[in-house]
Amino acid sequence: MIAQLIFIICLALTIFFATKSVKRIVRNIGLGKKLDLSGNTSERIKKVVLIALGQKKMFARPIPALLHLFIYAGFLIVNIEMVEIVLDGILGTHRLFAPSLGGFYTFIVNVFEFFAVAVIVVCILFLIRRNVLNIGRFHKPELKKWPLLDANIILIAEIALMFAFLNMNAIDQILQAKGNPHFHTTGSLIFSNVFIPLYSFASENGLLIAERFYWWFHILGVFLFANYLPYSKHLHVILAFPNTYYSKLNVVGEINNMPEVTKEVKLMLNLPVENSLPSTEPLRFGAKDATDLTWKNLLDAYSCTECGRCTSVCPANLTGKVLSPRKIMMDTRDRVEEIGNNIDKNGAFVEDGKALYSDEYISKEELLACTTCNACVEECPININPLDIIVQLRRYMVMEESKAPGQWNNMFSNLENNFAPWKFAPSDRFNWADKLND
Amino acid sequence: MAKPPLMSELAASGNTPEILFWVGCAGSFDDRYKSVTLSVINILEKVGIKYAVLGQEESCTGDPARRAGNDFAFQMLAINNIQILDAYQVKKIVTACPHCFNTLKNEYPALGGHYEVIHHSQFIQQLLQEGKLKVEGGEFKGKKIVYHDSCYLGRANDIYEAPRSIIEALDADLVEMKRSKAKGLCCGAGGGQMFKEPEKGAKDINIERTEEAIDTGAEVIAVGCPFCMTMMSDGVKNKEKEGKIRVYDLAELVVKNG
Repeated sequence: MIAQLIFIICLALTIFFATKSVKRIVRNIGLGKKLDLSGNTSERIKKVVLIALGQKKMFARPIPALLHLFIYAGFLIVNIEMVEIVLDGILGTHRLFAPSLGGFYTFIVNVFEFFAVAVIVVCILFLIRRNVLNIGRFHKPELKKWPLLDANIILIAEIALMFAFLNMNAIDQILQAKGNPHFHTTGSLIFSNVFIPLYSFASENGLLIAERFYWWFHILGVFLFANYLPYSKHLHVILAFPNTYYSKLNVVGEINNMPEVTKEVKLMLNLPVENSLPSTEPLRFGAKDATDLTWKNLLDAYSCTECGRCTSVCPANLTGKVLSPRKIMMDTRDRVEEIGNNIDKNGAFVEDGKALYSDEYISKEELLACTTCNACVEECPININPLDIIVQLRRYMVMEESKAPGQWNNMFSNLENNFAPWKFAPSDRFNWADKLND
Repeated sequence: MAKPPLMSELAASGNTPEILFWVGCAGSFDDRYKSVTLSVINILEKVGIKYAVLGQEESCTGDPARRAGNDFAFQMLAINNIQILDAYQVKKIVTACPHCFNTLKNEYPALGGHYEVIHHSQFIQQLLQEGKLKVEGGEFKGKKIVYHDSCYLGRANDIYEAPRSIIEALDADLVEMKRSKAKGLCCGAGGGQMFKEPEKGAKDINIERTEEAIDTGAEVIAVGCPFCMTMMSDGVKNKEKEGKIRVYDLAELVVKNG
């Protein structure tokens, strides 16, 4: 009875804090500018199925993709077991479904155990890949301190949870064999069997305590992990789905139009201005801070799991420039979190003298290094678009701050005066044909 | 070769050509790329298609301005170009510049400019498929040619096969760099980089890419973009391989092949 009460309180606390986190993140993403991405449902669902669920883009790098698939499948499948564990916790039962499911129960728990083992093996390999092997994208400057710790916490937590799950099952089987009436037969669980010899010395009482210890360790671990997610890069397990759903449908070469500029340009050119163009001036052209970006950019930032595939293919980064597309996403998330916390603390945002486009977050030098080649966009397994953020920050830098590099300013004035980026007279534009006969 | 017909002249005589050849700024002003323009004209004349150019009425599409963050400059140019294109009732545009291609095709519609836009690699591929143009067995037969993907043709618009089909049609030995197609490495000139010095770093991007091209052992680096042309040519010069490796545009390969 007390155990049930404690369990229900823990579950309620988990749900309470998780709901709070969800609200916080939804609110923070909503701090971005409006952008209508409704419609095209079937095309969007197709993207989710192929890219998020089917992990199509992951398989451009087969080895990590296969390893990741085990953790991913493990996550989805082992979590089915949570239904029974939570019901047991609430009702005070033990292995609620074992009697009614019989042989199928044995089968399904064996499947869970297979994936539990796979998750442990892969997490160990991932720990080695990340911490021992010299894989460039795991050793960039933006991946020091918290991001590195975050990655390792996730891997170790997953190993610990699966280890607890397997040992819980092992002890259960020992107690079944001893004929303890509380432990209904599960059939032979072939992976946890391996752990049985570990407990050969233990008394029945000790086993009962150990079984409960692992059960509670596992479920409380899951509860804690669920509440760790919102603060971690691991949030991608959830946000990959909405993020691919709302990803760009047109070819990536297109950079979005700025209708607010269209209006001004048409007025300048004495052209009729359509009513559909935005009638109020925006606060600023382009983006200076995270809240000037669209909500989709912010969803991108929260969805990023910092794998660094983008950075590993970025031509600027590869040749030693400071730009790292992954850092663009990490900075965006950090800054919008900071703004969110500011709002929570003060009731409304109080100017803090900071901005996303600043030396503290994304610097001018980073923005200027981008070749808009779309390699980062192409590479992201869940269709995050760092380039879209870079362009919006460039727009602020150029149109609001007027801080384009001198050579760009020359290019702009050539475009305005000569209609070409180079300083050639427009009247010479057709001279290339001069040597052809009339 | 005859001087290409101007849109304004055709319009004055009540004619509308089937296609507009969009020359682009590099094709008009860059000494190296003018040769590409002439190669495209050569092909257009050879197949006898009705075409025209805008001549002095053409302006930059605005690509470098938009990518550098100056949407005012971009839209001034784009709106002006759309007015001219629409005045001539242009329906179909062929261009030898992937940046012009991308902008005309993907970014002009939001400003009311709707055209069928074709990159010259696609255009040549079509002509080859239709048998209007024949290239097999010429100068490049059996030669090792590596194709460098332009970002604005490849990743930006998913065009990977058209350029390669031309090289294959030449009976050349098409080879690939380690990073090709969707994984192709940028030449370093996109996003306004063409018009400024690179930011400080360990290496220039075009050198990284040229080294990769040289490693394939190809005699020719084929490109389909004026910026790539400049960057790869500079890279080859920098590596002092000018005697061994030539950089050619796809249209040039077709014309040179005879």
